[in-house]
Parts: sequence; structure tokens; C-alpha cells
Amino acid sequence: MSEPRPKDAKPHPPTPVAPPLLELTRIRILAFFREPGAVFWVFVFPILMGLALGFAFREKPPEKLAVGVRTGALPPPVLAAVSRDPDLAVQEFAGEAEARRALTFGKIALLVEPGTPLRYRYDPTRPEARTARLALDHAVQRAAGAPEPMPAQSELVREKGSRYIDFLLPGILGLNLMGTGMWGIGFSVLTSRIKKTLKLLAATPMSKRDYLLSHLLGRSVFLAFEVPFILLFGVLVFKVPIRGSIPALAALCVLGAFTFAGIGLLTTARAQTLEAGSGLMNLVMIPMWLLSGSFFSADRFPKAIQPFIQALPLTALNNALRAVMLEGKSLASNAGEMAILAAWGIVTFVVALKIFRWQ
Amino acid sequence: MSPETTPAILCRGLRKSFGAVRAVNGIDLEIPRGECFGLLGPNGAGKTTTIEILEGLTARDGGDVEILGRRWESDPRAIRRRIGVSLQESRTTEKLTVFETLRLFRSFYDDGIDPEEAMRFLSLEEKRNTWVMKLSGGQRQRLAVACALVGDPEVLFLDEPTTGLDPQSRLQLWDRVQALKDRGKTILLTTHYMEEAERLCARVAIMDHGEIIAEGTPPELIGRLHASNILEFSSEPVIEETDVKAIAGAREARARDSRWLVSVDSLVTAIPSLFPILERKNAKLVTLSTHRATLEDVFVTLTGRELRDE
Repeated sequence: MSEPRPKDAKPHPPTPVAPPLLELTRIRILAFFREPGAVFWVFVFPILMGLALGFAFREKPPEKLAVGVRTGALPPPVLAAVSRDPDLAVQEFAGEAEARRALTFGKIALLVEPGTPLRYRYDPTRPEARTARLALDHAVQRAAGAPEPMPAQSELVREKGSRYIDFLLPGILGLNLMGTGMWGIGFSVLTSRIKKTLKLLAATPMSKRDYLLSHLLGRSVFLAFEVPFILLFGVLVFKVPIRGSIPALAALCVLGAFTFAGIGLLTTARAQTLEAGSGLMNLVMIPMWLLSGSFFSADRFPKAIQPFIQALPLTALNNALRAVMLEGKSLASNAGEMAILAAWGIVTFVVALKIFRWQ
Repeated sequence: MSPETTPAILCRGLRKSFGAVRAVNGIDLEIPRGECFGLLGPNGAGKTTTIEILEGLTARDGGDVEILGRRWESDPRAIRRRIGVSLQESRTTEKLTVFETLRLFRSFYDDGIDPEEAMRFLSLEEKRNTWVMKLSGGQRQRLAVACALVGDPEVLFLDEPTTGLDPQSRLQLWDRVQALKDRGKTILLTTHYMEEAERLCARVAIMDHGEIIAEGTPPELIGRLHASNILEFSSEPVIEETDVKAIAGAREARARDSRWLVSVDSLVTAIPSLFPILERKNAKLVTLSTHRATLEDVFVTLTGRELRDE
């Protein structure tokens, strides 16, 4: 089909065209990096979340227990000794009403009122109040000259890698692999369906498997940017340790990304509107946000639902990431988790391919 | 029949319902290779459903379809490799350039034409590196046709290729379709612009309510009106239909707004006969014009309805 060319038209070299799977993957990557929203959610959001949580739970000296003492409740030498106690922050109150109000509003955990015997006023359902009761009473008794039949000394330990941020970072990585996999693929599929791009593709000889596979391949390319970014951030800013091998960690990330790509494809395999699709994705993701131990250990949930929680792909991914990063475990010791991830990924992909709606 | 002599598109007794709505109700089509065929009709006539069944995108409830002698049930990949499809209102990825989009579509075909060639054919070279989202309606539509062309198809399906385009873009696209016809492509296009069908299509089928109500070459269809001229006039006051029918050689008369459109055998006898009628009714002639009958007039005559009302 050659149209007579204008005289000045330069002949062009033939366009190199790669196999469809590679071309599909290529456009997926191009379209992703041209979408500022997507780039924000994949790269900036996890960093912001890590910063916020990391600083909220940063290392700081143990908090002192605030206690109130009514004027005259303790003899001056005892009050002075108690005030020097490193675990206590003592505040003196002249009037009863003022002191009681401080207690009611939680400004102090416990109030010492004058009388014989001494009266400790506190709410026993508040854990810090009971600690304050023990610490204060101990300080008072010692200042008053009580003997210590069994002298003891405290040895304070602070283990690196056991801080909250250490626990948190693999969780954020897991969450990010889930979130970007699901949203990245989900939105792309939904908008393509709504704008009838999928229908147009379905009218070509393009293999449907290639189309779905290109989403998986595209994800593995984004991973190469996204995962090192988050890990570097954790290592540089919070000194989070990576005790296991980097290849093992990389393998887990790829596996996790494929798993959630499959789940994302299945979740949006049939939805016809953005609203329906987003709703389904939230329905799939929110339980895992809550249950899969990204922010706190999944072991805290009741025993009865543990089999369910442990079978969730994000739980498996988080557990495996923590085992490799924090405990230096090998991939082999995470075979169970990896089997769970692979099963989710393969089953969802195959079902998605079967039921995928092209229009 | 050998595959080379089978019709490009053949369907018999095509039926499709959506719930209680019979979108396609027994359509027969036979389109030989190299012909440009137009499916005409108002919105909702069943054109898109018909073409999408032929494209293998919509499952039919009944009837037979053969594309280039092959059946969708047994040979879908072979058919897809030989057809090019441009859908109504479909959009390719917004943040890809024209070139990237065409290269992607080219990759789906073993053989085809170079994306650069397709761009030049549709005058898109200047938009080569422009994102799809920045294209005008006409450029998008040309890109859609280019996407349908990169696989160098034998049969091209164009669903409402010029709907919503400005007149200039429409002319530009007509020119390209004409060029494709000249290259021997088989083209099936749907449109509700009768002018488009008259200009481009060797044969047309007029669809209404899921059925073909007339089929033939445009001159044949217009000839079937037995009156190939339309006399259009308005008067003050408007005169009655019985009076209009008194015009010499009047076949059909229909009212549009405050005008009468009358198909007549001969303008030379009809026009002079109009004046005494008006005079008798004490009516004053306000406007008077004439045109050759079009497919539009055929449609109105067949259905009693205007094409674009729906």
C-alpha cells in the first residue's frame, strides 16, 4: 500500500517491532511512568507512610509516669526522694479539686492524698496507673527507709532489629507490593475496558494470554524501581537491618508482585465500571491491610481465625519478608509461604484468563 | 468454493436479542471481495450489533457467518489476522504516542504494513510523537483507521467512522476510504450519514429495527422512489396534504417543520402546478427549493421517519 510520496518525503527505515508480549509490556511501562498519580502511589506514598510511622514510633527514652501529690501528703524528705526517681514525674497540687481534675483528665496517672495510711487514688483499668502505683509506692517506702531484703539491679537491653520500624518496614514493603500490584493493574484494566480499548484489542489477533502476562511482566519492571527505593529508604533513614541475602529478598518481591498481579487481574476481570472495580479491590485488600500483620503482628488475632489469616497472600508475604530481612532466613525455610503465594498467583491468573471480560 | 472466490462477508439469518429487544432480526448479507458496502440506518437500528457479530466480538443468537470463507467457531485467529476493525467510540491508551500505538498494533500481526507507512497514509506523520489524548476528534478517528490497517487486512470494518467529525475531517477520511477502495480492500462501514454511503459505497443496505428494509446500489434505491426529484417549499399559511398531493406528478409528501417535501416525477411540470394551488388557498409562497432525491429520501419514504430524529 504505497501512496505516491511527496518529493521531499524522506524514506524511513523499517520500524523494528518486537513480539506482541514485549510490545504490550513496553507500552505498559511507558503508560505507567507517564501517569503522575501512579508514580505517587508507588514511590512517594510508601515513603511518606514509613516516615510518619517511623517517627511516630521512633526511639526515645522511656516515658516517665506522671503522678500528683497533694501538698502535705508526703513528708518533705520523702517527697524530695520520690521526685528524684528517674521513672516518675512528680507534680504537687495544693487544692483537692484541681488535683482530682488532673487525675480525671489523665494528666497524672495517680494522686497521693494526705492521710494515715497514705491514700493512692487511681483508676486500675489504666495500665500506666497500676505501674505508677507500684513505682511510686516502691520509691515512697524506700525513701521512708524500708529495707530491701533482696537487692536487685536492672540491666537495660536494646536490640537492633527489634524496634517497631524494623518490624514495620517489611510490612510496608508487603503492603506496597499488594497495593501497587492491585491498583496499578486494576486501574489499567478497568479504564481499558471502559474506553473499549480491550474490545479493540480483542478484535485483533493479539493473544489474550499475552495481554494478561504483559501486566505481570510490567509489574516486575516497576519492582526494580520500587523495592530498592523503599529498602534504601529504610536502611539509610532508619538503619533497618537486612540480614538475609538480597537475591532471596528479590525473589520474594518478584513472587509477591506476580501473586498480587494475578489477584488484581482476577479482581477486575469482569467489572464494567470504575466504581464496581474499585469497590471489589477494596473488598479484597482491606481485610489484608488489617489482618495480615503489616502494622502489628497477625498473631494478635484470635486463634479461631488464624488458619484463614495465615492463608492470606499478604500474611505469607509479610512473614517471609520479615524472616529474610530480620532473621536472615533462607528461601528454603520460607517454602510454605512461597507455596501459598505461588498458589494464589497461579490460580487467580488462570481463572482471570478464563473469565476475563473484553468488553 | 475455494477460499479465494468466497464472498468476503457472508451472513444468513443473523439474529441477536438483548433481553426483550430484538437488536438484529434476521439479517442476510453477501459482500463480494473488493466491494465497499454500507450499512445505513438511524441510531438503534442494529447496525453496530450486526457489524460486531461479523467482527466476532458479539455472540449471535442465530444464523450463520462466514468471513473470507471461514467461520468464527472454527478459525477465529485466521479471521482476525485478515480483518481490520475500527470500533465506534473506542479509545486507545491516552498517554501513548501515535507511533507507539501503531507499533503495538503492528506487533499483533505476522504480516502488515510499517507503522510509518500507516501514519503517512492517514496524514498523521506530524502527530507521530503526540499523545493520543492530545489528538483532535478527526485525528483520533484517523488513528483508529490506521490501527485497523497496520495488519494489512483484506476486510476492513469501520463502525461510524465519521460520526461527530467536522465536515473537513469527514471529507479527509472519505478520501482515505476512497483510496482504500481503490486498493481493492473489502470495506464494510456503518453510518447514519446518507451522503457518506452515497459517496463511498457501491452497495448499501438500509436497516431499521434490526431488519434490512432495502438493499442495492444507491442509484437503484433512489430509482425505486419512482420520483427522483424532491420539491421543497413552505407557504403562509401552510397548506393541507390533500392540496400538496394535487401537485403534478406528486408521489409522496411529507412535512418537515413548516415545510413540505414532495417527491415528484418531473420538476418542470410540478413547479408550475404549485402556484395555482397556493393561489386557490390564498397562501403566499415563502421558500422554494429542489434537490435530487437522496438515500435520505429513500429512508423517509420507506419508514415514514426522519433519519436523524432518533
